[in-house]
This record gives sequence, structure tokens and C-alpha cells, in this order.
Amino acid sequence: MEMVLFFVLAAVAVVGALGVVLARQSDHSALFLLLNFIALAAIYVTLNAPFLAAVQVIVYAGAIVVMFLFVIIMFNVANRERPETRPAQRYAALPLGALLLAGLIYVTVSNAQLPPELTRSDNIADIGKALFTEYLLPFELVGLLLLIGVVGAVVLGKRKLED
Amino acid sequence: MISSSFYLILGAILFTIGAVGVLTRRNAIVVLMCIELMLNSVNLTFVAFSRYLVSMTGQVFVLMTVAVAAAEVAVGLGLVIALYRQKKTADIDNINILKW
Repeated sequence: MEMVLFFVLAAVAVVGALGVVLARQSDHSALFLLLNFIALAAIYVTLNAPFLAAVQVIVYAGAIVVMFLFVIIMFNVANRERPETRPAQRYAALPLGALLLAGLIYVTVSNAQLPPELTRSDNIADIGKALFTEYLLPFELVGLLLLIGVVGAVVLGKRKLED
Repeated sequence: MISSSFYLILGAILFTIGAVGVLTRRNAIVVLMCIELMLNSVNLTFVAFSRYLVSMTGQVFVLMTVAVAAAEVAVGLGLVIALYRQKKTADIDNINILKW
């Protein structure tokens, strides 16, 4: 049962990812990206990480995809790509991608000879405890990074710097 | 209980699809989306190892990655908008002033 669920979710995630890359129009890509994010959120639930699943839906599906769609709609950049100017690039990317995939699978699977898994009822309290004790400094730094990101996005999005 | 290798392989597949997308697509917004795909596949690997090692560290780092991804998208889309105003295109093949 668990196995079937995993393979269905994995198939949906892979279809979403392929759709992002293969869709001709960028608004279709954004919707396929949403599909991929939702499938990954469901996979997080099966991995005992319900809090991260919620974060995934709220931040990725809720905020990031909407931001992409806003930019695509407001600036009408969803126009089709012109015909390929450098087809060699596409043909070179496929064997390189296959090589990368083989390398990644080899590294992850061959190094995953770890002790048998234990299950633990995972909960938000554990994450919060780790976040506010052991990882307090990175947590504060991420807050600073978000502030810088917001200021940077506003500055970049302004029509013109004062002239 | 599904072996963690399945999750790792799925992460590898998604990462590769994202990388190929970054290499082949020329619309700057789609390239940003493919970068999000790659970040997400790494998140999946983090969560899989977090369950494997019975440690919260992986999940905490996923939270950090999500925050960084959100900031990155905000700045990246700001850059795309600024470029679009300047050059009236989001095609990265046309954005090559630094190339000589």
C-alpha cells in the first residue's frame, strides 16, 4: 500500500518536473511546477514530516508559484520561445544530464549503507526545539536574509532609481 | 516502510530534470522555475536522510532552504522584471552584454 502510494506520488512529481521543462509556454510551466510541489508535499507526509508538508504547500505552492504567475501575467512574458538558435546546446544537455543522474544515483545509493531505519513520531515541537536552541543563529540569519531579499526585490522592481 | 534509496533516487531524478531544464530553456522565468525544482529535490533528500538518521537536523535545514528559495525567487523575479524593462525580452540568449 505504502509502496503504491509512493510510486504514484513519485510519478506525479516526475511528470510535473518534466512538464516544467517541456511546456512551450511559461504559464503552463508554472502550473506544472505547482503539481510537482504538491506531490512533494504529499511525499513529505509519507516521510513523517507533516510540518514540512504544510510549509511546502504554504510557501512554495502558495507564495512562490503565485509570484511566478504574477510576473508572467503582469509582464506578459508568457510568449513562446523563438525557434532554437543553438540546437547543439539541447543535444549536449541530454547526455550530460544522463551522466549527472547516473553519478547522483551512484553516490547516494552506494553511500546509503546506514543502520536500519527507526521510526519516531515526528512533530512540530521537535523542529521548534532544534530551531530555537541548536540552530538559533542560522534561524536569525535567515530572517536577516529575508529582510535583505525583500529590500532587494523592491529596489530592483522600482521603475527607476532617482535620477 | 519504504527504503530510503527510493527517495534518494527520486531526488536525483528531479534534480537532473531541473539541471537539464536550466541548461536547455532560454526563458529566464522558466530557468528560475527549474532552479526551484533543483532546490526541492535537495529538500526531498534532506527529509529522507532526516528520517533515516532519526535526526531533526535535516528538517531544520529544509526550513532554511525554503526561506532562501523564497528570497531567491523574489530577487530573481525582480531582476527579470528589471531586465524586461531594459531589453523588452526575457530570453537569456539576448542578455549577453557581459560576453565579448
